[in-house]
Amino acid sequence: MAIGGKVTGPAHGNMIIGSHRMRPFAMRFPPMIFVIPALMVALLMLAPVVYLIVRATDSGSAIPDTLIRARTFVVIRNTALLAASVAVSASLIAVPLAWLTTGTNLPNQRFWTVVAALPLVIPSYVGALTIVAAMGPRGIFQGWLEGPFGIERLPSIYGFFGSWWALTLFSYPYVYLGVQAAFWGIDPALEEAARSLGLGPFQSFFRVMIPQLRPAIAAGALLSALYTVSDFGVVSLMRFDVFTRAIYVQYQSSFDRTAAASLALVLVAFTIMILALEWWVRGRARQYRVATGAARTVRRVDLGRWKWLGVGYCAIIFVSSVVLPLLVLIYWMMRGTSTGEAVGRLWGQAVNSASVSLAAGVVTVALALPTAVLSVRYRNRFTTLLERQTYLGYALPGVAIALAFVYIGARYVPSLYQTIWLLLIGYAVRFLPQALGAERVSLLQISPRVEEASRTLGENVLGTLRRVTLHLARPGLVAGFSLVALTVMKELPVTMMLAPIEFETLATGIWQATQTGAYGRAAAPALILIAVSAIPSFLLSRRGLDQAG
Amino acid sequence: MIQRPASGDRSNLRALLCLNIQKRFGDVPVVQDLSLSVTTGQIMALLGSSGCGKTTTLRMIAGLETIDGGCIEVDGDLVAGAGRHDPPERRRIGMVFQDYALFPHLSVARNVAFGLGRGGDARRRVDESLELVGLGGFGDRMPQDLSGGQQQRVALARALAPKPRILLMDEPFSNLDPELRISVRGEVRDILRDAGATAVLVTHDQEEALAWPTRLP
Repeated sequence: MAIGGKVTGPAHGNMIIGSHRMRPFAMRFPPMIFVIPALMVALLMLAPVVYLIVRATDSGSAIPDTLIRARTFVVIRNTALLAASVAVSASLIAVPLAWLTTGTNLPNQRFWTVVAALPLVIPSYVGALTIVAAMGPRGIFQGWLEGPFGIERLPSIYGFFGSWWALTLFSYPYVYLGVQAAFWGIDPALEEAARSLGLGPFQSFFRVMIPQLRPAIAAGALLSALYTVSDFGVVSLMRFDVFTRAIYVQYQSSFDRTAAASLALVLVAFTIMILALEWWVRGRARQYRVATGAARTVRRVDLGRWKWLGVGYCAIIFVSSVVLPLLVLIYWMMRGTSTGEAVGRLWGQAVNSASVSLAAGVVTVALALPTAVLSVRYRNRFTTLLERQTYLGYALPGVAIALAFVYIGARYVPSLYQTIWLLLIGYAVRFLPQALGAERVSLLQISPRVEEASRTLGENVLGTLRRVTLHLARPGLVAGFSLVALTVMKELPVTMMLAPIEFETLATGIWQATQTGAYGRAAAPALILIAVSAIPSFLLSRRGLDQAG
Repeated sequence: MIQRPASGDRSNLRALLCLNIQKRFGDVPVVQDLSLSVTTGQIMALLGSSGCGKTTTLRMIAGLETIDGGCIEVDGDLVAGAGRHDPPERRRIGMVFQDYALFPHLSVARNVAFGLGRGGDARRRVDESLELVGLGGFGDRMPQDLSGGQQQRVALARALAPKPRILLMDEPFSNLDPELRISVRGEVRDILRDAGATAVLVTHDQEEALAWPTRLP
């Protein structure tokens, strides 16, 4: 077995033993140069939760007080009611839409497929603003009705109804995208089997397809519930007392940190519960899929005469979730006075938004990197735990993160308080999972052999990262950066609570203008935000169309 | 098949010594009490069925895996064993990977220059190494634009450029089609002889292992 030199071993002078299981780069310990920063990031991610717990349990008597108060029960009831209603109504909108765009011969199907996901580019508080600006007191509708009919008051849009309406319209794409993907994954043989057993097209749809889509629908509904529970902008604009708004009001109106912290803690428990449910449902969804097999997709149902009803349905949703909000904003922008002062202020907001988003993108991508490298290249129980705990960023609503860092900053690191740095930390904690996910995807595609080659050529761990890994992982770094930067630009509660006073961004500018009913002043920054958010969707959909055509 | 380099005074030196090295992945022993010794300038082929731990052995020698027992000496220096584990970048052991593992973001010349410092010396050494593997003038190409055999030779040039103490080759010819394999094998053998390299190569192909000694001058 060996030629030249001497080789000795036990069995038959043979070195053969055992099975061959290659593990990438199985060093005994992951390098400290990654472990230490990853641990620091982990502590940063844990800080808000730990702080909230400490704060809430600090003065033992205060929690029961806050939590038992009747208003707290109202808040819990409102939150649960809103989350459940939005989950149901978003699913009711999204499932037919997904079926129409993937499972039928709807005319202009590609157009509707792109358009159905478009509400995602409208930040929900901007959507809510358009509803208020159109339907609220002093809104467009009232203005029209006042002249001829002298109507000065409309039934109120505020409260549950407005919140439910806005959150449904702007969160249904979460259900839509999941269900659409599930539609593509269904094995057409199942439907054919149902048809061969004598079921008609509609019967087989309800008895075979819907049950298969059920996990995807449930997961999507839970995502929109999570979105609802974490949302701050819509419920605050609509003045509906749910957790996020109650926390903010409590934070603003008193110096009693314990009350706000215990409310935030209950909110976090809510979101963690929803996330846990969602994970469970998705785990079951995976078991449902038996075979992925060929690239055959479900036979499309011929809509026949019902075709135009389908188009009408898609159009109604498109118009109410995208076209009308845009028209309302344009209307208010035209009415708004465009004085030099206003333009200057808008410019300042745009510059602040852009710079803080870019900085947050860079910081978040950098902070996520050590954890990404560890979890991909040095996978073990410890590094997996490090990776998983960053998903706290998903579970923590912006209001909770912001509240915790306001207090931590003010109390322990006053030098950071009221600076951009604290704001960037808040963003990083909130959006780290997005950057981490993108980086992991890229790192997983790099062969560990290439990094090992660099090591055998005399380059150390850090040099290999710099000269090889970072170059090859560039797509993931860019994707993570763009994702974070774009989301940060739209972010509201963290920006509002952690940004230094006088630091006005597009998002906070919209917020302030809306608070004073100055819709004209809110319209331009809102349109800018929508335009910027639309860039990636536009690029993606064009690429999708290119591939399809 | 023991090939002696021109400089006879180094020929009796032991370039590599592995003594009772062991490796377990979890509870599964992969390599048990393996010993081998290679003299400077010698080329050794390790033959064995796939999955028998040959690759792991090379990786332990390179420092890409830790050893669970025994020790490894290079040029008489302990590099692994007795609680010591020199990282790969400090061992000066070159490796040609089975899939070559060329840096896809670097040109051929920059691949070869990777393990060298900066400066005119480095550039001369890159040209020299590419010349040695018969790829002079290919420096500006990207690895993806080369054939499998050419990529293999770039990997060899890259590993040889920093003048490693030992060159390790993991199934170096398995990705080539049979005709190409024979010609490339001959070329590599000549290159190694010209470079005076000490080498350990791993193969599961008996014919290939035998080709090494019989074809030597």
